[in-house]
Amino acid sequence: MPVNTDAIGKTYPVTMYAVGREKVREYAHAVGETNLLYLDVEAARAAGYADVVAPPMFAVVYAGRSITPALFDPEVGIDFARMLHGGQEFRWGPVVVAGDEIATTTSVKDISERGGMNFFVFETDSRNQRGETVCTGAWTNIVRDDS
Amino acid sequence: MSVERGGPVRLEAGDPVHLEVTPDRFVTVRYAGASGDFNPIHIDEEFARSVGLPGRILHGLWTMAQVARAHTDAAGGPERLKRLSVQFRGMGRMEEPIVVSGTVREVADGTAVVDSQAEQSGHRIIRNAVAEISVD
Repeated sequence: MPVNTDAIGKTYPVTMYAVGREKVREYAHAVGETNLLYLDVEAARAAGYADVVAPPMFAVVYAGRSITPALFDPEVGIDFARMLHGGQEFRWGPVVVAGDEIATTTSVKDISERGGMNFFVFETDSRNQRGETVCTGAWTNIVRDDS
Repeated sequence: MSVERGGPVRLEAGDPVHLEVTPDRFVTVRYAGASGDFNPIHIDEEFARSVGLPGRILHGLWTMAQVARAHTDAAGGPERLKRLSVQFRGMGRMEEPIVVSGTVREVADGTAVVDSQAEQSGHRIIRNAVAEISVD
């Protein structure tokens, strides 16, 4: 059955994420970071940052929640039981620090079919309270087409 | 532990990027809480087996975070990493060493392009990773 591509270009409402100091520390510990910029507010301030710095991959936390409505959108039509996270890309701008407020918009970048697999690519655009783009993400999910 | 905030960074073609890490058996629980990804294939042994997996598996984005860490360590801090793209293959397991290895492909116009992968027990669980690091 050909994959339905009608949702390409669809954009979802902005989600807001307030970056908290302890959340950054929790995330940094969970991925094994030891750089004190992520963990120690005094060290971060001494290095010139307003607060602890979020590791680049913290983007999954502030942008990830924005993806959920797209993943569950019936118009996109993903079958979760057969979904795999196939690939991921992030491009980063200025670093995110605790205290930042991040606004993320998700859109459906592409839906395509190759070799019996359906590819769903979502794009996230995340901006801080100054309007600077801190991260754009391309999230590729693959669904086996067994139908 | 140390503070690393990218002072001058000089990378040359052929320079290595390397990181070794062995995920402990509860890392997926901590990462689920930290990231908000509570997919039971990562935290529930019984559920994971019921869907045909050998057991709980690592979050792909946790493994990608190890690839990112290899690069920010090489770059001397988080500000220098400007781009990272990866492909996920197979599944990562707990309590088996993961080796992230990469090489600087080229340096041009203030950007070092790095190719890397993450390998565990002979399987390349992250392939075709490409990173861009801003250099001086």
